[in-house]
Amino acid sequence: MSTRINDTTDLQAISRKRDLRRKTIPALAQAGPVSVWMILFVTLPMLYIIYISFMSRGVFGDVVYEFSLESYQTLLDSIYFKVIVKSLQVALFTTVACLLLGYPFAYYIARKPPAVASKLIMLIMIPFWTNSLMRLNSWLLLFQTSGPVNTFLQWAGITSEPVTFIYTDPLVMLGLVTNMLPFAVLPLYSTIEKLQNSLLEASSDLGANPRQTFFRITLPLTFPGIFSAVILVFIPSLGIYTVSDMLGGGKVLYIGNIIKNQFGSIRNWPLGAALSVLLLVITGALIFLYTRFSKLEDMEVV
Amino acid sequence: MPESIVSLIDVEKRFGSNLVVRKMNMEIQEGEFLTLLGPSGCGKTTTLRMIAGFEDATSGIIKVQGERVENKEPYQRDVNTVFQNYALFPHMTVFQNVAYGLTIKKVPKDEIRRRVTEMLSLVQLAGYENRKPDALSGGQKQRVAIARALINNPKVLLLDEPLGALDLKLRKQMQIELKRLQKKLGITFVYVTHDQEEALTMSDRIAVMNGGVIEQLDTPREIYDRPKTRFVAGFIGESNIFDGVVRAVDGDLLRVECPAGMLTTRGQGFQVGEEMHVSIRPEYLEVGTGKFEGFELPAKVKDFTYMGTVVKTALDLSDGTEVKLSRFEQDARFREGDAVQIFWDPDKSVAIKKAQA
Ligand SMILES: Nc1ncnc2c1ncn2[C@@H]1O[C@H](COP(=O)(O)OP(=O)(O)OP(=O)(O)O)[C@@H](O)[C@H]1O
Ligand SMILES: [Mg+2]
Repeated sequence: MSTRINDTTDLQAISRKRDLRRKTIPALAQAGPVSVWMILFVTLPMLYIIYISFMSRGVFGDVVYEFSLESYQTLLDSIYFKVIVKSLQVALFTTVACLLLGYPFAYYIARKPPAVASKLIMLIMIPFWTNSLMRLNSWLLLFQTSGPVNTFLQWAGITSEPVTFIYTDPLVMLGLVTNMLPFAVLPLYSTIEKLQNSLLEASSDLGANPRQTFFRITLPLTFPGIFSAVILVFIPSLGIYTVSDMLGGGKVLYIGNIIKNQFGSIRNWPLGAALSVLLLVITGALIFLYTRFSKLEDMEVV
Repeated sequence: MPESIVSLIDVEKRFGSNLVVRKMNMEIQEGEFLTLLGPSGCGKTTTLRMIAGFEDATSGIIKVQGERVENKEPYQRDVNTVFQNYALFPHMTVFQNVAYGLTIKKVPKDEIRRRVTEMLSLVQLAGYENRKPDALSGGQKQRVAIARALINNPKVLLLDEPLGALDLKLRKQMQIELKRLQKKLGITFVYVTHDQEEALTMSDRIAVMNGGVIEQLDTPREIYDRPKTRFVAGFIGESNIFDGVVRAVDGDLLRVECPAGMLTTRGQGFQVGEEMHVSIRPEYLEVGTGKFEGFELPAKVKDFTYMGTVVKTALDLSDGTEVKLSRFEQDARFREGDAVQIFWDPDKSVAIKKAQA
């Protein structure tokens, strides 16, 4: 019995490979215009950045076209290394917070009738359409020393002195989380919405309480959405500099700010480029993991 | 009288203003194969879902093994369901799917392995343990769904059109297998279908539902031979139904006047002047010329249809309604357009009370 099953699996694998080849070539042809566009606007600038990162910096902040690994050595320098680690930590924190906040919210929306759900999604999108500088400024106003939050804390007797919120890590994280939350909710919503209710009913029918159903059925089946949310939140929060610039007041430094400064005021393009390459590598690694993971899923299903 | 395993007492279900199940009363006996049969939208699925606990009854009492379950969640009820779309967990193998209930109950690993293996061979799926549901055919998925439910040794197994998605041949085969399984395990089956042949061949008892009401709950024989309502008579098998008024009662012989003429039937508990219905199966209908005792139903032969093993004859009555007669051979005495008289053995027809409006 079991050998027969193996035979069919082999056959399936072979025909799938053949399918793949048959499908790849026309797909590439169709992607022609897209590839040109991608090469022009994505690949070329990226290659240029990589190229610059291996050059040296001139005395006046110009790029001297001489091969050098200096920028990459600088990255290992403890100051930069610490910033990189801290940026990773903050991005990780933001991602986890967005997942913890976003999942229940996405779940709630997905279980509503479609008409209500689309309105709720709209609500999530509204902050998107407001100017981000305005949004960040409003956080500053809320949390400044004489702002409403401090006034309230003192009024309620929780603190006697105003607390310094602005230009601190926690406020930056708050800004990041609120900024990134929609990127977590949308992919989560779209996978949770596809989850068949009968699967949850079947689980309950077979004796699983709601908690067991969540961990054994809901969570594994919505994993693709979780992974998309991770990528969509983690990568931008690693590179974004507006939030830390505004809410951190330049005192709180992340990779994003440093890159911006290298290309701007400090004028060390090779170092900025090397940092950008680092971000690219992290992004690439995550996307690689994602495709590997989803391929594995596919294979197991077949 | 044996203890009922499931009782529904005055159960009602309302979706908004839509009353989907009305004052339903039903006692399901331990070990029986009970089928809910009825047209689409009559509330079969809703009834089943209330027993399983997926739907709350708007009012009424539901008991499983004598214990009230209205406030129990599905996972606290000792019943299991086989879903129409199978609802297999796509991220789990066949083994993991079948083992699910036992894993939840934290049954020891080697016992799980033993029982899953046993269950899979019972549904003839040994060797398929490591497949994912996507790699199974419809019939195989159905077996996994059944195994996954049965492994929990439920008191009652609820099946909602479990064979609805299968082709005819596979369906016949699965009908036999399901019946065999039910007999072997002695588990109570509550089975939903709108295929009356399936209901008649598999069930110990059938509840014929219409518009949220059980019209009749009886053995297949009784349902077929002694329909209690006009709906049941028309829904199960083919029937010729006459609406009429009782004109004379002679013991249990009733003389009935209907728009097409006069007829005679047996029936008890009817009074002169009462409106009622008479149902006669096509195989019992007789045709002749001349006068027949107790009958006066002139008709005209309309056409003959060959249906493989039987010949159906359609006849028009004087009020324009059509009756059908079926025989193994065509009656050589008549041809299309002939004027004839219709009659039958009054023992063969069923007198049906008119439903209270
Ligand atoms: N969740 C719901 N909300 C509102 N109305 C519902 C809901 N579920 C069922 N109904 C309505 O209740 C009635 C009975 O539905 P039910 O699914 O029980 O019918 P059924 O007998 O199983 O029919 P079928 O043979 O088509 O499956 C239908 O009119 C249906 O539209
Ligand atoms: Mg149904």
